[in-house]
Amino acid sequence: MKISRHAFLRLSGMAFLAGAARKAIGAIGGTRWGMAVDVAKCQKQENCVKCIAACNQAHNVPSIPDRAHEVRWVWRDSFEHAFPEQVDQYSPLRAAPAMLLCNHCENPPCVRVCPTQATWKRQDGIVDMDWHRCIGCRYCMAACPYGSRSFNWMDPRPYIHNPNPEFPTRTKGVVEKCTFCSERLGTGRAPACVEACSEKALVFGNLADPHSPIRELLATRNHMRRKPELGTGPDVFYLT
Amino acid sequence: MRDRGAIYCGLALFLALMTFPAWHNLSAHVTAKGPDVKLPAREKQCVAPLEFMRTSHMKLLIDWRETVVRAGRRDYTAPGGKHYNMNLTLTCLEQCHGAKADFCDRCHTYAAVSSPCWNCHLDAKPLPGQVGQALASVNPRSAQ
Amino acid sequence: MFMFEKAVGGSRRYRLWICALLILMAIGFACYLRQLQFGLAITGLSRDVTWGLYIAQFTFLVGVAASAVMVVLPYYLHNFKAFARITILGEFLAIAAVVMCMLFIFVDMGQPARVFNVLLYPTPHSMMFWDMISLGGYLALNATIALVTLRAEREDVAPPHWIKPVILLSIPWAVSIHTVTAFLYSGLPGRSLWLTAILAPRFLASAFASGPALLILLCLLLARVTRFSAGREAIQKLAVIVAYAMTISVFFVLMEFFTAFYSRIPEHMDSLQYMFVGLDGHARLAPWMWLSSVLAVASLVLLLTPRYRHNHKLLALACGMVFLSLWIDKGIGLIVAAFVPSPLGAVTEYTPSLPEALIALGIWAAGSLILTVLYKIALSVREEPLASAAPPARVEVLI
Repeated sequence: MKISRHAFLRLSGMAFLAGAARKAIGAIGGTRWGMAVDVAKCQKQENCVKCIAACNQAHNVPSIPDRAHEVRWVWRDSFEHAFPEQVDQYSPLRAAPAMLLCNHCENPPCVRVCPTQATWKRQDGIVDMDWHRCIGCRYCMAACPYGSRSFNWMDPRPYIHNPNPEFPTRTKGVVEKCTFCSERLGTGRAPACVEACSEKALVFGNLADPHSPIRELLATRNHMRRKPELGTGPDVFYLT
Repeated sequence: MRDRGAIYCGLALFLALMTFPAWHNLSAHVTAKGPDVKLPAREKQCVAPLEFMRTSHMKLLIDWRETVVRAGRRDYTAPGGKHYNMNLTLTCLEQCHGAKADFCDRCHTYAAVSSPCWNCHLDAKPLPGQVGQALASVNPRSAQ
Repeated sequence: MFMFEKAVGGSRRYRLWICALLILMAIGFACYLRQLQFGLAITGLSRDVTWGLYIAQFTFLVGVAASAVMVVLPYYLHNFKAFARITILGEFLAIAAVVMCMLFIFVDMGQPARVFNVLLYPTPHSMMFWDMISLGGYLALNATIALVTLRAEREDVAPPHWIKPVILLSIPWAVSIHTVTAFLYSGLPGRSLWLTAILAPRFLASAFASGPALLILLCLLLARVTRFSAGREAIQKLAVIVAYAMTISVFFVLMEFFTAFYSRIPEHMDSLQYMFVGLDGHARLAPWMWLSSVLAVASLVLLLTPRYRHNHKLLALACGMVFLSLWIDKGIGLIVAAFVPSPLGAVTEYTPSLPEALIALGIWAAGSLILTVLYKIALSVREEPLASAAPPARVEVLI
């Protein structure tokens, strides 16, 4: 098929524009899920782990006693450990509890390195996991700057004490992490941790919508993110 | 023919090994009876035509898996127009086929097929009205 | 076609060696079956330290594989005739090393049955994808080159002319396999010990020191147990290459220390501090790293002094020290220390478990077996009556 240079250039230009337009429309009118953690509200109850318990129950996260092999989707640490460069020695936040989970980054290094796209960034912003495809190379765990990912060093089933029939377990040899409850979002429910928080310290919403509750919170309150200098663009904000 | 003894021994051993499946099965009283599948009690309409499911249910499941996990869509419209929520445990098992020992394992054990699905996906309880069968409820293969 | 029959017969010592390797491989395989059944929990790895002995061995051996270029380049590009007899040894060493690399990656995977997903779902933005491509290609290249040239030598003819571009290709490809392996690590924002532009140059320098050092040791060993002699000039040239490469490698390490400790940025200092002094009271790696440093300095003293370098006994000692020093540095220190401290500042130490070490040993035995068999084939071809004293017609000057 003979095609003139002019026609070819025109065709390629159109194709490029169409592709770019699709991406732009997806970005403008779309969804970008994010979460805000209100630290003051989170501190109200001492040693509270309701969000963690809810997540573990909903997703059949095993409770493994050996710290070396533990699996954590949501976990608790101090602000001092979670924000080492941002919380100085005089700060009142040092001992505050930090509710930690996958940050579902805008620019996730784990997605960049996964050799099979078993972890990928969805259109709605969630960094998802495909446990059928994961080969267990743990490259994503090396790449994550936040320690958000866990590997199944052995069969997790003996450590799941109250299996939830509505969600599968995982098997040995795959990496797992928080998936922003993508299975619940599809049916209009909030993530399990957000529902479980009795102080309403967790706000989940669409960052792409300027009038969403989470955006209004972020516009009016001081907040911080973990390791912002790395350029990962985490979508979990801590309101201080 | 000095090696007569060795040759006859070797021949006998060879014949014994080659016919092993036959005489072992006979002595263990294994019959050629096919898989005894328990059909769903509630649902009478299958998700797809029977012949298609017989030959290609694996492909249907893979398609469902890719649609749910990679595309995030859970709704499936069957050829007849009925809608299903694509979910292995809640729909395939709980809604239709009951516990996998009542349906899936029947043919899989017979055909020596082991599917890794059950390493992660949970089994459902047997359907009401299904009586526990004589077949072993624990399939050693699916317990992998 | 592959002349394997040459590897089957041999002296009693040869057969004992093969048996010993097979036993080690069997033990390693048995341990691997246990790992397949139970999971990677039988290793010493943890949620904080997710890569350990297996990946570290892979990293080190990619360097050894790449080092074949250090004999191929002088001979085929610059007609350095002294390397004529040992290019085949370098190429066979590369083959054995690449196979070991692939085995180490395989045993490290949580779901090894799914390994082909990397090819079924190609992911150009992942360096691991390119690593698989480059390693596979390098294996094919070296296998082709070695077998074609060896076959030609056996038939006492010149190798086919199409082998020339293939050999030329193997030179940049060798550099690329280790650069891609360095890229696995040097682009990760969360691991400060690896996030340095000098990582790929470090990898190449240490590769070009450890690979030829091993090749020298193998040549000296072959001179003892067979009638093969690599020639004094070839060994000395390799020794000079090792000397320069080791000097540059040590220099690069010192550069890392300056940047970290002069800038005093905590996340740059932490991992290095853990390696040599310890962090929060945990210092399991320190004795190893100091040993590596002492061996490096001692080896340089021997290599950079011509009188010692010319003495083959001291040269062998120096090469052994180079190999061991770099094996500790790259094969243990670099990989593990990047995970300390964890992203949340925790210090979790790592020691390989016994099954893990036995699996690693089994893979080293497998690589040694491949190397032994290939060398036996090469030397058997050389020792056939057809061959004259001088090396037969090889691929001549390419530039």
